[in-house]
Amino acid sequence: MSGPPRPDALSLRGLSVHYGVLPVLEQVEAHFAPGRMTAIIGPNGAGKSTLLKAALGLVPVAAGEVRFFGQPLAAARARIAYVPQRASVDWDFPVRAVDVVQMGLYRSLGLLGRRTAAHRAKAMECLERVGMQDYALRQIGALSGGQQQRVFLARALAQGAELFLLDEPFAGVDAATESAIVSVLQGLRDGGATVVAVHHDLSTVPAYFDRVLLLNRTAIAEGPVATAFTREALGRTYGGTLPMDPELAAQ
Amino acid sequence: MEADFVILSLTPILIGCFAAMACALPGNFLMLRRQAMLGDAISHVVLPGIVVAFLFTGSASTWAMMLGAGAAAMVSVLLIEGIRRLAGVEPGAAMGVTFTTMFALGVLLLEGSGAGAVHLDVEHALYGNLESLIWLDATGWESLVDPVALAGLPPELGRMAAVFALIAIAGFIFWRPLELATFDEGFARALGLPVQAISLGLVAAAAMACVAAFTAVGSILTIAMLICPPAAARLLTDRLPLQVALSLGLALLSAVGGYVLAGYGPMWFGLPNSLSAAGMIATLSGLCLALAAAFGPHRRAA
Repeated sequence: MSGPPRPDALSLRGLSVHYGVLPVLEQVEAHFAPGRMTAIIGPNGAGKSTLLKAALGLVPVAAGEVRFFGQPLAAARARIAYVPQRASVDWDFPVRAVDVVQMGLYRSLGLLGRRTAAHRAKAMECLERVGMQDYALRQIGALSGGQQQRVFLARALAQGAELFLLDEPFAGVDAATESAIVSVLQGLRDGGATVVAVHHDLSTVPAYFDRVLLLNRTAIAEGPVATAFTREALGRTYGGTLPMDPELAAQ
Repeated sequence: MEADFVILSLTPILIGCFAAMACALPGNFLMLRRQAMLGDAISHVVLPGIVVAFLFTGSASTWAMMLGAGAAAMVSVLLIEGIRRLAGVEPGAAMGVTFTTMFALGVLLLEGSGAGAVHLDVEHALYGNLESLIWLDATGWESLVDPVALAGLPPELGRMAAVFALIAIAGFIFWRPLELATFDEGFARALGLPVQAISLGLVAAAAMACVAAFTAVGSILTIAMLICPPAAARLLTDRLPLQVALSLGLALLSAVGGYVLAGYGPMWFGLPNSLSAAGMIATLSGLCLALAAAFGPHRRAA
């Protein structure tokens, strides 16, 4: 291999976030290597979602530095796609699946750019990649939770980003959706993109992800699944309440 | 008869149409943001603002009223935030308390100040003065191309049309950010959209429509027009552009139908007096909503 090393897709240095006086994140150090798929895991209230939101400037940062591809957020926005938690969306909104996906084209359209057949074709292609092409004209609230999640992944695909930040992409979805999403995400990674997902199910971490960030208000451990996803590190992350079959950690 | 229509009915109908459409446009997004109450609040607090502006300037000029109403809207937004934080009540209750109090204050100011004797009165504030906005300089349809007669059009017509045009153009330009920020605020912010400015712009547009409409058609009609047409349109379609278009159509239908029914309806039934146009327009728009709620194809499963 030649050339200088690619900068981390996302790096956090000393990131601290407070809600009021309550510290949610303290001095988090984390580096998400490019072309890898990383799970952020930790107990409820550990600040996993907040970490993504703080990196994206959606919640105020008390201290620390956030860099995307070595640049500040403003310079890198076009290279980032964010899939918020499903609960944050208004499901009664009069919008169809294909319209939601076209929202991912906002940056290429701007304020008054006209949507063309090419934009629609792009949106349909993204729906096809997540297996939702047959539901393009359904109102978003009329879809199941898993189908909605796939539409939001399609919207992220339409953005043509290099870094995908997903907040609990597998929460409340069916098994078929979970495997569809995993294969799309792994396909993105194999194409050189970086994937970071807040994840809950410890048993699927080794199968789905390359790397983990164990988080409980601060970074407990970070690295490849093989070396960082250990019983000892999990014990330190979850305290005494490790929600995991001990045999899995031996894998 | 035709000359009568042009002189007595044409301008009130047009003003009603522009007022209804100017309110319905921001109303669509206020409704989707579950901020319908905010429109309600704005249209109520306009009254004390206008009265205070009148007391200060002694004139009922457009600019004085707009400024007064704008200032009152700002004061009420601060009050709502203040009550919500200090008293710890839910936003809906804070709004309810603020706008009823401000409106009542407006009524007291109006009665106590003598402003009522000059130009403003409580009835006027409630259901406007649509029927009085006639075109005395007209002689028939040919007046539409007569510059002298056109100069005598009621100023409310030009004002209402300009406000509608301004809101429509702004809506057209900022359609995508407004849609995105309303549907999925987190995603919109991650894209770098200024969601706070977008919310503020929407409230400002609603306030502008309310102030302009209030002086012409009164607060009852303003509230009805902000919410009824968009709410009915939402039940008829699952697509936002179509919903907005339908809401404009329903606003027009209510304005024209309501005015004609109020003016000519009683006559058809052999009754002597005509009815309040604003009241009839608001009733008709409520009826549209009721019909949409009963038969609309996109009612939500309750």
